[in-house]
Amino acid sequence: MDLIIILHAGVASGTVLLFATLGELFAERSGVINLGVEGMMLIGAMSAYSVALYTGNPWLGVVIAMLAAGLISQIHAFIAITLQADQVVSGLAITFLATGISLVLGEGLSKAGAVSLLPNLSIPLLSQIPLLGAIFFTKQSVLVYIGFLLIPLAWYYIYYTRPGMHLRAVGEYPAAADALGINVFRLRYFYVFLGGILAGLSGATISLAISPGWFSELTTSGQGWIAIGLVIFAQWDPLRAAFGAYAFGALRRLIFDIQGPTTLLGLANPFYYNPYWGFILQMMPYAFTIIVLVIGSREALRKRLGAPAAIGVPYIRGERGL
Amino acid sequence: MMAKNSHNDIDNPPSFVVEMRGIVKRFPGVLANDHVDFRLHRGEIHALLGENGAGKSTLMNVLAGLYRQEVGTVLVNGQLVNFSSPGDAIQAGIGMVHQHFMLVPSQSVTENILLGLDKPRFRMELAKYDSVIAELGERFGLRVDPRAKIWQLSVGEQQRVEIIKMLYRGAEVLIMDEPTAVLAPQEIEVLFNTLHSMIANGKSIIFISHKLQEVMAIADRVTVLQRGKTTAEGLEIENITRRELAHLMVGRDVVFRVDKKPSEPGNVVLDVQNVVAENDKGLTAIQNLSLQVRAGEIFGLAGVAGNGQRELAQVITGLRKVNQGRVLLNNKVISNRSARFSIQRGLAYVPEDRTHVGTSPNLSMTDNVIMKNYRQPPIARGWAIDMTTATTFAKDLKQDYDIAIPNVDTPVRLLSGGNLQRVILAREISGAPTLMVAVQPTRGLDVGAIESVHRLLLSQREAGTAILLISEDLEELLALSDCIAVIYEGQIMGEVMDENIDIIGLMMTGMDLEEIQAGGSAKNV
Ligand SMILES: Nc1ncnc2c1ncn2[C@@H]1O[C@H](COP(=O)(O)OP(=O)(O)O)[C@@H](O)[C@H]1O
Ligand SMILES: [Mg+2]
Repeated sequence: MDLIIILHAGVASGTVLLFATLGELFAERSGVINLGVEGMMLIGAMSAYSVALYTGNPWLGVVIAMLAAGLISQIHAFIAITLQADQVVSGLAITFLATGISLVLGEGLSKAGAVSLLPNLSIPLLSQIPLLGAIFFTKQSVLVYIGFLLIPLAWYYIYYTRPGMHLRAVGEYPAAADALGINVFRLRYFYVFLGGILAGLSGATISLAISPGWFSELTTSGQGWIAIGLVIFAQWDPLRAAFGAYAFGALRRLIFDIQGPTTLLGLANPFYYNPYWGFILQMMPYAFTIIVLVIGSREALRKRLGAPAAIGVPYIRGERGL
Repeated sequence: MMAKNSHNDIDNPPSFVVEMRGIVKRFPGVLANDHVDFRLHRGEIHALLGENGAGKSTLMNVLAGLYRQEVGTVLVNGQLVNFSSPGDAIQAGIGMVHQHFMLVPSQSVTENILLGLDKPRFRMELAKYDSVIAELGERFGLRVDPRAKIWQLSVGEQQRVEIIKMLYRGAEVLIMDEPTAVLAPQEIEVLFNTLHSMIANGKSIIFISHKLQEVMAIADRVTVLQRGKTTAEGLEIENITRRELAHLMVGRDVVFRVDKKPSEPGNVVLDVQNVVAENDKGLTAIQNLSLQVRAGEIFGLAGVAGNGQRELAQVITGLRKVNQGRVLLNNKVISNRSARFSIQRGLAYVPEDRTHVGTSPNLSMTDNVIMKNYRQPPIARGWAIDMTTATTFAKDLKQDYDIAIPNVDTPVRLLSGGNLQRVILAREISGAPTLMVAVQPTRGLDVGAIESVHRLLLSQREAGTAILLISEDLEELLALSDCIAVIYEGQIMGEVMDENIDIIGLMMTGMDLEEIQAGGSAKNV
């Protein structure tokens, strides 16, 4: 068990959570909660892998994955924004639908041959930094670096640009934004789409880079749900979201690695001798997600955490009390 | 979109900035505007007067592009317009300050003002715009810190932000929807000065109100709406009396005072001792607040909205925890217990939100009136509810309280505001309470309903109930209360027994009574 290796792998697998979490964060900031993340990630993972397989071009796979998940997200947008239906129900339906589609279309894919994966790179100077260089900038997938770039961009966009201000206004008090001529519906559609695209990218990151291949619903193994929990944990802030994503990435890897050695800190490793304990450990991220989701569903607490005030509430112009 | 059909006939001289003809707007079950005409001269303050529900906001929402009229035309500067969104109206120079402010609480003043504009293009450059906005505010006497977040501002300041927002967009016509409803008397003074300075700068103003004395004080002309119809259009204020206006507004003569017997306060029933409590955001909403209400008195609590009234009512009724201090009802501690605990000890609650807290809209009137006594016989029979008794009980209340409802099985969501309030009062009073907490009991009701609610409260007072009346309507408080206290930022500024409106007003702006009596009354005005 080597800490550097765990953290290195943690950054890589955290990138999967990062994309999905940021995507959901944008959608929720605009006032639409989308519980379909897991399904959209599966669609992304499946289409990225199969496109890369048949065309030999992984980048085309990434693009198609993003578009496919984006497309699915628009079903949710239509139901939640235009039809003003319950967003939780619609989001769950999206997950079922998208999971089904990916399982059907991905049938037989797992037996397929090797695929040209996305390249791993080291960044010349940065990789020389002691410790950090080895963790963050050495032999990581290009997608990991794209993730690094996305964090400050998302942060700057949300807090310091005009469209970012509009995004926050639409999620906080849509009637105010509407009264000033901002098109609430269009913006919400857009950010739900962005959420879909990023979930697709997240799926592609799994199947083309982090743990390449297609293993039906085990490909994502519930990480979409963890992303939704992370958005609440991050209090809708992209920097905290990034921290949470990488921390969970590292945790996943740690849980995996801790069961290997026979001794731990000089003592007999209980996880080695009691394999069942490993299951408890593996359960932890999901237990965390359930706890965070339960907490996040309490309205008073949500207010305290600074949730966008209009989250989950369809906007109807002229509706009283809005 | 704005259609540019030039339209300059003889009977339409362009001296009208806005002309609305025959506007019809319907909501499910209500004809909110029934062929309404309205004309605004350039450079005037034009009052739009009418009772709650008369259709004033609806008419102006049509002008501001938020609603679309079903019939009728709107002309701005003599040109036919057809707004499909508020953005179009703003483009045409029409800005509206809504009754409920349209501000994003988590954003700064500057951000709120820049919202929806296409400059700045991408980067916010807040520092630069902060100073532009400070300057604009200064010019119209609207002082406010551009960097402050909206939730940090008082209601008066938020209103200033709304006005600056419209001025920044180059609004020539400013619609103010009940702007004084949320202000203390001294703040109203400041607002009126601002309105005059805007007129001096060539703007025109539509001032919506249901308060006669304000309309008489500020307006040049007045248009009156009654139940969706125009009863007077563009009358000069000089040529009309307050009594005539009142008649135009409600369609009958109005009594301006309620009779009440002198009070005979008894024992202390409600004793709030040094209570500290938080609001939903976890910020302190009530700071070390104490007050006492005695049997047989109406204790009025005045204050501008959002100063802790809601939280105080919730603390007393057991819906919110106190962090420090305690609340006693008939010498028993009721704070941090359950709502049922207080109800069993004689608490009645008439909440501000009639449709969601006060009643369950989809349940029948019977279900709603037995909500507090369904556990006890005769309504309860062991585990079961005796529906025959319950129905008889509801029918009796329908009779006694004169509730207009087809039958007691009708869901209460179909009731008008006044009838709904009578259902709540019927339920609460039938429990023979020792303490009644009433929050804004007449908000949004028409004159007839207000009178009946007032009569019910006064008869409870004579029956010996202690009543805590929390209201933003000063006239109501003055008419009903035996004693008035003012709450400001979660603290009591002082209690007065007489009807000294100046002192109450000063307390509403945050001066405490001792400070005022020490002769400070001249400075802060
Ligand atoms: N969005 C809405 N939906 C349904 N009914 C409405 C709506 N807005 C107003 N109304 C109804 O239309 C009538 C006029 O309301 P409004 O214009 O708000 O009156 P005012 O501003 O004069 O108090 C009232 O009966 C009110 O209940
Ligand atoms: Mg109104």
